Amino acid sequence: MSDMRERAGGHEPSARQRERDAIRRRAARRSTLTAFASTVVVTAVVVLAVVSTPGWPRVRKAFLDWDVAVASFPRVLEGLWLNVRVLVVAAVVIFFFALLLAICRTLRGPVFFPLRAAATAYVDLFRGLPLLLVLLVVGFGIPGLRIPWMTTSPVVLGGLAIVLTYSAYVAEVFRAGIESVHPSQVAAARSLGLTRAQATRHVVLPQAVRRVVPPLLNDLVALSKDSGLISILGAYDAIRAAQVVTSQHANFTPYIVAGFLFIALTIPLTRFTDAFARRSGWLGAQSGLAGGGALR
Amino acid sequence: MSQAPAGPTTAPDDGAPAPLLRVRGVRKAFGENLVLDGIDLDVHPHQVIALIGASGSGKSTLLRTIDLLEEVDDGDIWLDGLDICDPRVDANAVRARMGMVFQSFNLFGHLRVLENVALAQRLVHRADRAEADERALAMLERVGLADKARSFPDELSGGQQQRVAIARALVSSPRLLLLDEVTSALDPELVGEVLDLLTELRAEGRTMLIATHEMAFARDVADEVCFLHHGRIHEQGPAAQVLTDPQQPRTREFLRRMLPR
Repeated sequence: MSDMRERAGGHEPSARQRERDAIRRRAARRSTLTAFASTVVVTAVVVLAVVSTPGWPRVRKAFLDWDVAVASFPRVLEGLWLNVRVLVVAAVVIFFFALLLAICRTLRGPVFFPLRAAATAYVDLFRGLPLLLVLLVVGFGIPGLRIPWMTTSPVVLGGLAIVLTYSAYVAEVFRAGIESVHPSQVAAARSLGLTRAQATRHVVLPQAVRRVVPPLLNDLVALSKDSGLISILGAYDAIRAAQVVTSQHANFTPYIVAGFLFIALTIPLTRFTDAFARRSGWLGAQSGLAGGGALR
Repeated sequence: MSQAPAGPTTAPDDGAPAPLLRVRGVRKAFGENLVLDGIDLDVHPHQVIALIGASGSGKSTLLRTIDLLEEVDDGDIWLDGLDICDPRVDANAVRARMGMVFQSFNLFGHLRVLENVALAQRLVHRADRAEADERALAMLERVGLADKARSFPDELSGGQQQRVAIARALVSSPRLLLLDEVTSALDPELVGEVLDLLTELRAEGRTMLIATHEMAFARDVADEVCFLHHGRIHEQGPAAQVLTDPQQPRTREFLRRMLPR
């Protein structure tokens, strides 16, 4: 910060300003130390509280067996790779399908009534149905129809069920974003001669999508975990792998391993999207004169 | 200064009556952009000072640094003899003693007019709800908008909204009122009602620092006018003198553009 001050006009800070800078540095150091000490104390209290319970030795043996963890790790990790692939494919399909649904719901004019009604009915239906139910109906119902060309792969059918349900949620997120763009933006675009479709494509949607990045990220993290639900159809993902190893060792540690791996998957996902969204200009002018993030 | 001060310093005592606000050598840069380049300014009690200058000359930033909405890069600001740039000073307490009115009103859209004015009375000045509402209503009466107390801000005209914003700033009895181009966002026919209110506030003896583009208003209401250019005060003096007989070429050029004949 001080180097920036010196750059602007080659100004050498006064003694008083150096003193203020020193006070702020000391305060920042004190804050860091306080945060560290507070974290250590809280962690110690929680660990002691759990470890001192009467059932702790048994629980530790059943859930935190290091040897079982090491033995199960490769198979659970292999299963997680399936979750990652399902996650990526499903996320992409959901993004476009949901955007399409949202646009259909915001179309104006009587000609579009059937589209609008269909999109509304779809969202109402799939937002109301529990994901587990959709999984079972799609996963076991569709193969039951014995359509010759239809796949019976639990991965594909499980992914389909997830896409059907999540698209309904994400469409509502997009719709909220679209409706949050002020009508004056459309007015300005139309005044330039853009068609309604052009205004939507080039002015409304870019702003709407930027605005809903945080809630979309939330749905992406939820999706990364719900991708584990395809295991109930028999897909060999991380949860399924943990289940198999658990029954072999009569020990629950593989589930804990799977839990750690899912966390290891979602945390970088969150940080990456946060960093991406914070790129200057992406979320609009949230800093600068109007911001006041540095307010004491 | 050879020795760093041990605590918040008091303003240098030069024998003259202490100003309410004393600004010395204030610098502020945003990245490469130097916005304030060594500002010196005194505001005495009951004085009204108008800041004039082109957009980007630093008027708004100066007001924002005084209200501690921006941190200075260097220099000193004393309010009532207290060095408010010191990091150990309670900034909220300092801000509570000043009132600021913004160009675009910045009323809270989710609160009614009365609640906008009463909010700080309850949260900052610890008044109970009845007391806060009473003070707020009295202040709305003062600005002639008591009948709008139950309205939401977006149901009011721009001029009415700005008068509510002024009431919101005044209700805490601030020592100093900072006004940042308060008529710039208004339709021309609504400017008058806000300027009339400010003229009345001057008659009440309020101390005000006003950034403005209204030269006629500055001439009629301000005791002194400061002309800012690229973050420096190029000329300061009695309003009538600076506006009608400017001494600096830059001031003359600016005024020629502002007052086309």
